Amino acid sequence: MSERLLEVKELSIGFDTDDGFLPALDKVSLTLNKGETLGVVGESGSGKSLTSLSIMNLIPASGRAVGGEILFKGKNLQELGEEQIRRIRGNEISMIFQEPMTSLNPVYSVGEQIMEVLRLHQQADKKTARAKTIEMLRLVGIPSPEKRVDDYPHQLSGGMRQRVMIAMALSCQPDLLIADEPTTALDVTTQAQILDLMSDLKDRLHTSILLITHDLGVIAETADHVAVMYAGKVVEYAEVKRFFREPLHPYSRGLMNSIPTLEQTRERLEVIRGVVPTLQQMPTGCRFCTRCDEKQPLCEVESPPLLDYQGSQVSCWKYTERWEPVPT
Amino acid sequence: MKKDNILEVKNLVKWFPVKKSLFSKTKSYLKAVDNVSFSIPRGEVLGLVGESGCGKSTTGRAILRLIEATQGEVLLEGQDLYRLDKTALKEKRKDMQIVFQDPYASLNPRLTIRSIIGEAIKLHQVVGEKEREAFMEELLYEVGLGKHFLNHFPHQFSGGQRQRIGIARALAVRPKLVVMDEAVSALDVSVQAQVLNLFQDLQEKYGLTYLFITHNLSVVKHISNRIAVMYLGQIVELADKETFFQNPQHPYSRALLSAIPSSNPELKRERILLKGDLTSPVDPPQGCRFFSRCPEAQSICREIQPPQKEVGNGHLVACHVR
Repeated sequence: MSERLLEVKELSIGFDTDDGFLPALDKVSLTLNKGETLGVVGESGSGKSLTSLSIMNLIPASGRAVGGEILFKGKNLQELGEEQIRRIRGNEISMIFQEPMTSLNPVYSVGEQIMEVLRLHQQADKKTARAKTIEMLRLVGIPSPEKRVDDYPHQLSGGMRQRVMIAMALSCQPDLLIADEPTTALDVTTQAQILDLMSDLKDRLHTSILLITHDLGVIAETADHVAVMYAGKVVEYAEVKRFFREPLHPYSRGLMNSIPTLEQTRERLEVIRGVVPTLQQMPTGCRFCTRCDEKQPLCEVESPPLLDYQGSQVSCWKYTERWEPVPT
Repeated sequence: MKKDNILEVKNLVKWFPVKKSLFSKTKSYLKAVDNVSFSIPRGEVLGLVGESGCGKSTTGRAILRLIEATQGEVLLEGQDLYRLDKTALKEKRKDMQIVFQDPYASLNPRLTIRSIIGEAIKLHQVVGEKEREAFMEELLYEVGLGKHFLNHFPHQFSGGQRQRIGIARALAVRPKLVVMDEAVSALDVSVQAQVLNLFQDLQEKYGLTYLFITHNLSVVKHISNRIAVMYLGQIVELADKETFFQNPQHPYSRALLSAIPSSNPELKRERILLKGDLTSPVDPPQGCRFFSRCPEAQSICREIQPPQKEVGNGHLVACHVR
């Protein structure tokens, strides 16, 4: 069996607000094996970004974890002090974000920003850091890196900036790279370049990737496993080929059918009716029950746990003994 | 019989002057739209696709005269919009409407939905004052919202609902042509499907004609009858949907199609990776604009701009190699 790098176990996080405590993540569990890519897919507000931020211990001040643990190489990250987590952040775990312009500092050259990481985590001297930076820029496919190293972010295109972010994130050869919508702000032809680069570097540097996206196509292209999130819960976790062949959860199926694709031609798109409930109006039972076509009375009362089912995991009563078969 | 074209765009040009430096006298031009021609038959949907900066939105806006084109003709039902004076143009605006990408930015936060939708109805006197209320309620119903929403403000709605309001506003004057400028791009996929279905329903019901501008080829495939691909201010390929997706001709179209992630992990598409980034539209190269990134480029492509030629039933391609 492959080695586990990251394990998120029943993580629950909520926010203290004027309306009381709002549970944003509800018992989220994820597993990422060494050298693999785990794709986390979901719509806005599903909690996918919050999950990734909590791994880096970067949840907003008003949020707090109320249960669960995050095991990275066997260590519980939540028990580490600020000093210890800082040594891991950017070094063993690093992150790239959606918008490369806002995550790069406009007043420093891209070279200086990458060098800072190397000097901080690897105690490299200036000369070594600069040489390593140029090497990293070359690795991510930036032409004439000796010149580009002194460029400022505004001098680079969107795709080039994202390459710089990747160079920075990978400069310390992290074990885990968290990529939060890394290609969403890019054009498709640039997206293809960046996705290729990421999977190429994953193989070369033996980095595992946690890829967060709303695009099922990106998941299909790059991920080994997929976790589908809906309203702060993981509703399905499966091997990627199996997932696309046979999605189990009604939400996963709905999501797949609602997207126009190049392969299929449909007269009309199937829709998931309604909208994602807000945290204030979250149903007590299954969080998807307000939009589900297969709902039974049980679903409104009790939230289904994430259970093993034929090698996948799914959070739906349908796959348990408590489901009442519909008479045909 | 000649098709009844509701919209004909002829040699549309939009250049933006840019100064190289603060004090330089020589002007350069950002050629956002450079000699674009196409037509849309009544009741059809033309998908205009391209990547950011290719000029697709500028084209849409220049057609509606939301920005003034540098040159060219835009014939709406045979009448050149660029020859109309202010009053006549205002009258004509009833026939053409636009829905924008960002439903957050395109609704005035200080106005209620009643004012947002009602303003155009009042201005163009679509219905009399007595019927106005009932008319607006019906409009909301058609886009899938309840009539009690008329008193609400934009911030009280979700993204999908706001887009529905934007559509209701566009439809309030009973237009013939609607420009959809990335109208579903900001929406989540499940909401996007709902809105796309709404577009189709309304189109069928009112016989609307859409110019559907987007970067998303899958969406375009779903909704359009014909497809035009833009690259750096020019249309490089134009064909009906079936032809385009089965037999794309221009190297850029092929690369674009191959770059879309397939939603089937067991089917790996042959990917054509393009070199480099989009060339700057400021003083673009004199030859083919795709030359520097084209995997099939030849020496002639550097020198001479390829003319548009027909390679089959209405299938236009601008490429020397084809």
